[in-house]
Amino acid sequence: MDEYVPLNYAAIRRRLADKAGPEYWRSLEQLADEPQFGEFVDAEFPGLAPQIDRRRFLQLMGASLALAGLAGCGGDPEQGVTYVVQPEKIIPGEAQWYATAIAFAGDAQPVLGRTHVGRPTKLEGNPDHPASLGAATAFTQAAILQLYDPDRSQAPRFQGRETTWEAFATVAAEQAERFDQRGGRGLHVLLGATSSPTLQRQLDELMRRWPEARLYRFEPWEGEELAASERAFGRQLETRQHFHRAEWVVSFDDDWLGPGPRELVNALGWSERKRRAAKGDGEARLFVLESLPTITGAKATERKRIEPAEVGVRVQALAAALGQGEAPALSAVDQRWIEELAAGLDRRRGRCLVTVGPYAPVDVQVAVLALNQRLGNIGRTLAFSHPAQLLSAGGQPLQDVQTLVTAIGRGEVDTLLLLDSNPVYSTPQDLGFEDALQQVPLRLHAGLYYDETAAHCHWHLSMSHSLDGWNDLRAADGSACLAQPLVQPFYATRTAAQILAMMMGDQAPDAYALVRQTWAQLDAPGWRRALERGFVEESALPPVEVPRIEPGAIETRSPEGLAVVMRPDPSVWDGRFANLGWLQELPKPINKLTWDNVITVSPALAEQHGISNGGLVQVRLGEGSLTGPAWVMPGQADRTLGVFAGYGRWRAGRVGDRLGYNLAPLRSSAQPWIRHGARIDVLEGHRKLATTQPHHMLYGKELIRSLPEAEAYRPEPPKPEPPTLYPAPPDRDTAWGMVIDLDQCIGCNACVIACQAENNIPVVGKEQVAAGRNMHWLRVDHYYKGDLAEPRSAFQPVPCMHCEQAPCETGCPVNATLHGPDGLNEQIYNRCIGTRTCSSYCPYKVRRFNWFHWTRDDPPAIQAQRNPNVTVRSRGVMEKCTYCVQRISAARIDARMEDREIADGEVETACQQTCPTSAIRFGNLADPQAKVNQERHTRRHYALLEELNTRPKTTYLGVVERPPAGEDKA
Amino acid sequence: MSDNTPHGPHFLPRYLPLTEVSARVLDVPDDFARFRRIWWWLFIFSCLLLGLFVAAAVVTLWNGVGVWGNNIPVNWGFAIINYMWWLGIGHAGTFISALLLLLNRPWRNSLNRMAELMTVMAVICAGIYPVLHLGRPWLFYWTAPYPNTMELWPQFKSPTAWDFFAVLVYLGVSLLFLYIGSIPDFASARDRVRKRHYKVFYGLLALGWRGSASDWSHWRRAYRFVALLAIPLVFAVSSGYSFLLDLAPQSGWHSTVFPPYFVAGAIFSGFAMVVVIAVALRRFFDWYLFITAGHLDKLGVLLLASGLMTSYGYVAEPFMAFYSGKEHEILVNISRMTGPMAWSFWGAVVLNVVMLQALWWPAVRRNASAMLCIAIGVLIGMWLERYMLVAHPPTRDFLVSSWQGYRPTLWDWALFIGTFGVFLVPFLLFMRFLPMISSFELKEALHRYRGGGDG
Repeated sequence: MDEYVPLNYAAIRRRLADKAGPEYWRSLEQLADEPQFGEFVDAEFPGLAPQIDRRRFLQLMGASLALAGLAGCGGDPEQGVTYVVQPEKIIPGEAQWYATAIAFAGDAQPVLGRTHVGRPTKLEGNPDHPASLGAATAFTQAAILQLYDPDRSQAPRFQGRETTWEAFATVAAEQAERFDQRGGRGLHVLLGATSSPTLQRQLDELMRRWPEARLYRFEPWEGEELAASERAFGRQLETRQHFHRAEWVVSFDDDWLGPGPRELVNALGWSERKRRAAKGDGEARLFVLESLPTITGAKATERKRIEPAEVGVRVQALAAALGQGEAPALSAVDQRWIEELAAGLDRRRGRCLVTVGPYAPVDVQVAVLALNQRLGNIGRTLAFSHPAQLLSAGGQPLQDVQTLVTAIGRGEVDTLLLLDSNPVYSTPQDLGFEDALQQVPLRLHAGLYYDETAAHCHWHLSMSHSLDGWNDLRAADGSACLAQPLVQPFYATRTAAQILAMMMGDQAPDAYALVRQTWAQLDAPGWRRALERGFVEESALPPVEVPRIEPGAIETRSPEGLAVVMRPDPSVWDGRFANLGWLQELPKPINKLTWDNVITVSPALAEQHGISNGGLVQVRLGEGSLTGPAWVMPGQADRTLGVFAGYGRWRAGRVGDRLGYNLAPLRSSAQPWIRHGARIDVLEGHRKLATTQPHHMLYGKELIRSLPEAEAYRPEPPKPEPPTLYPAPPDRDTAWGMVIDLDQCIGCNACVIACQAENNIPVVGKEQVAAGRNMHWLRVDHYYKGDLAEPRSAFQPVPCMHCEQAPCETGCPVNATLHGPDGLNEQIYNRCIGTRTCSSYCPYKVRRFNWFHWTRDDPPAIQAQRNPNVTVRSRGVMEKCTYCVQRISAARIDARMEDREIADGEVETACQQTCPTSAIRFGNLADPQAKVNQERHTRRHYALLEELNTRPKTTYLGVVERPPAGEDKA
Repeated sequence: MSDNTPHGPHFLPRYLPLTEVSARVLDVPDDFARFRRIWWWLFIFSCLLLGLFVAAAVVTLWNGVGVWGNNIPVNWGFAIINYMWWLGIGHAGTFISALLLLLNRPWRNSLNRMAELMTVMAVICAGIYPVLHLGRPWLFYWTAPYPNTMELWPQFKSPTAWDFFAVLVYLGVSLLFLYIGSIPDFASARDRVRKRHYKVFYGLLALGWRGSASDWSHWRRAYRFVALLAIPLVFAVSSGYSFLLDLAPQSGWHSTVFPPYFVAGAIFSGFAMVVVIAVALRRFFDWYLFITAGHLDKLGVLLLASGLMTSYGYVAEPFMAFYSGKEHEILVNISRMTGPMAWSFWGAVVLNVVMLQALWWPAVRRNASAMLCIAIGVLIGMWLERYMLVAHPPTRDFLVSSWQGYRPTLWDWALFIGTFGVFLVPFLLFMRFLPMISSFELKEALHRYRGGGDG
């Protein structure tokens, strides 16, 4: 392949790789003298090479060069990179914010990216965008780490060896010529889910030019929502649920608060509903019927545990109770509850919502759509719009992956482009994709990683990350977001649009120009404004009117054996985030496991088979079987097994490889989500699992206050503080404090990752988590209450309490932790000698210790992600939540410069800022008008471990118990 | 030796010739050939232990305390358990030497030197731990009040800061007491040994002691003065480290019974160690004449008495927990007795309380093998007690979410076992070169109780 290579990148990279980080600059100059290097710089930085001067080089390339070890290339530096607030110049130490968007399963997550001197350090939700309002999920927060992931694909490869884009361009141009002659016959393209208008435009053009080409689409965990709408309405429509209007929500096996592309809008809507309900505007009751415990079930007013096969029956019963169809036989208790539910829904026509999970059978989904129509919800709590997802091009619908395999089998495919998709890993095993792929004469893969699929392809094309390339895509409400790069590409990567353009014969397409061309209807100011805000205004897709649904019969099943419910993993989804240490170490919402997937079983089944946590079990189903560690999940349906995707990868990267099991053997293309008739066998052996919270039962302790709705909001004067021997703190005009609303908290973990990104919190690995040494400053505790089979769940985020009478301060022998002038409990890292007395004395155990030098061996790329305003801690010192003291300082500096007080709401901690349900409030407790003081005088306000008289400044608002379906006075 | 039956308050044969005392105690270094073989075996074994300690300490210092099993919430594991255990052992030496000296109990003269050596070595073993256990051990001196350009002082409210003073002062006073108490013996040894280098060695140690009346009078004042200083330290130091636990809000630690409980426990474990050392040395040096069944009997009574005081702690602690009605106190106590670490609680009860009751019988107290078994049992039992006290309560912290187990690692064990090397290597060198029994005090007692004048 050398004939394609005008420059020997590999040699240069090798030469540079041999140098240690700090020597990069010297090496550069040395290398720049060599003719080959001059050529290299010419190609990389046009107009820069001749007068290459050290300072300008540094200034322009900043972090990216140093990080990427000069592997970087491409991208256009100046045009269009727009600041939210235009700075006169880049001031070291001052952050710049850019609006952009992260792609997740085809949906845009609108964000603002913070950069320090050109180095992106953190993402926050875009407050102007209705699908974010400033909030962001854990996945979105972690995208910044993916940007810096040193295992990301850094250059295109041909047959596994790194090559150049020029080489590829030559090949692509030859191919394009060939396709021009044949009208595109033989060209097949498989896309991961995307909603990019630019890709839409390009594919439309491709289909016009090459009408014989074929397009496919594969998104592993999308579910059957589009199929259901097609069956109901005769066309594919996307549903838009408006939870903020839904006073009663009934959900059948639907984890809509849980992880997924729509998680954020759903959480925003539901928290809005709860806030309004608290003010007396309607209600917010949630009824969940589900088989696996989810965070939606955990937040339900009433949760009913049902087997997955029963979902259809219950939907039928509910429909019958609302006067539609025949009632199936149910037990008297269940029947009564369904009738109460139906009566309640009927009283709230147009103000309620029935939802069903995207993985439920299509007939059930159609029945639920019909139910909503019957309840008058369509147009109020439920709307439909034309799909934002790219589902057809040039008038041709995109086919599914089965069709592709069939086409390969028929020998129709000679060139296959896999664009941002990893089907070798994520398709069901019975599809035989891996074998089919081998039969294609020319295979090209474009993706972020050199993954399982890439390894089977002739060409691997390294794709740009959302944050270092130009993209556009649609958010959950259908509005078009412009995703601009926060930084020069670190590596030799191209955007999907560029790759497609190259396939169509364009030798050196410009990513910016491709996106700009799509939005040609925007004039220059309009374009600029869209970039500044991060989205094109009024581009949300309008709702469409839908015809009356004819609900078909629901096929009722009474399957034998155990049901296997397959779900994406709450922390790494389908495995696309497997190489992100933050997410691997993020405790899964309910069982708090990290670094592994497990086979969840109900306590009853565990008892029957003698299964214990971590014990190896084998699940057999038809031809397939898999072996993995079991985990007993209270609240899981008795005859159901839960298995999770995203693990068992072998080309995820250094972090994500060889963790957990791969569920592909159990999946079938016909039934990829739920299968019946499984057997479980207990094997010898045990796998050590790392959970951050081994105990979930409350043992009668009142750590979570929960009060009936009628009492919760009643005012109650604060209790007088019990006496203390320690001197009272001096009167201050600032006392920072936090109030966390446990009723709002959905345990989604967004705050944990936000804190990790903001505060440079290290990842410690599975063994250390298992040893009890995870480093999260903010953890979300989970507790069960009541019966083992059907417990109630509650979440409790626990940051530092910043106690007014802090035991830790008494314990420290060297004054390394003390009270600051504004009430913060401060930790002085460079004074700490690591006696750990403070942690021993802390009743909340929120302190974290650097047992080893966690941060020293991080790759330079990961080091570059760190927030420069937060000290990176070294070995042997204690650390803990600081209430984001760096943000307080920044606000204080601003306020002093303007000679004013810090305004209420001016300081937002990272956790508060990102919380999708606004469960966290932060402010000055000494200011009676501050938002943080608003609910402090209600009955549900309490301090954790009040009786210890530590006088915490982080306090909680208890869970509100809403009346069950049977108690309905409306 | 006309009358070999122990007799009088020194429990020695009444007519034991004074020269025999000198010969058997002071001539050991000069005439070591008969002990050499076994001594070398012991010494090599101890050096291996010391090597293990050095390896474990280097691994810990190089990598960080993460090599141990500690975690959040069990911030303090083996390091603090062993610190308390060793420091506790040290206390009995001071108690026997200083308190019994002032109370004028001449039988302590057979035991005080070895007990004091034990104290010094135990305090050193203990003192190593708080330094090694630091996250940044090279900065340990920041707990000391020393003038510095940062104008920073220790935080005097912290019991961790008190510990620093406690260990240092205790080590200083114990060394002083040991040394002052040995000066007359060094002088006698100087005068008795034949080899020149021994003469120089003991001569330097004897600080020019001549045995004059003024020497004796100064010495007596100094010795008693330091003894007076040492006695309050016994109580202060062990109460001091009990505050390390006491001052935490942690249930299972936060208890006013801890200071006396710890004093009793410390002396208890120390007596047990003295029994072990006395029985061992008696056998090694063939000192059955000096360390008699009468001594063992007295030690047995002391062991029983201090053991019963410790047992009171075992009763008082759970009683107060249940009496207080505090839910979490009760939970921690029940978990201590029935939870995953219950073995440490019941082990302590069996070894420290149940087995101890055998000491009510004088025949048991006078039987060296029985005493040795009980003493070793007590040493293990007291270690288990510290394990139960230090490691268990955090595993049942206030927030259920914090509950975690604790499992010591290989390096935890290596360091602990290695500290026996730290203890034994110098101790064996002392056996080789120093008089392990205070011969002049023995002679003085013999003389006095034969009707001789005082001094």
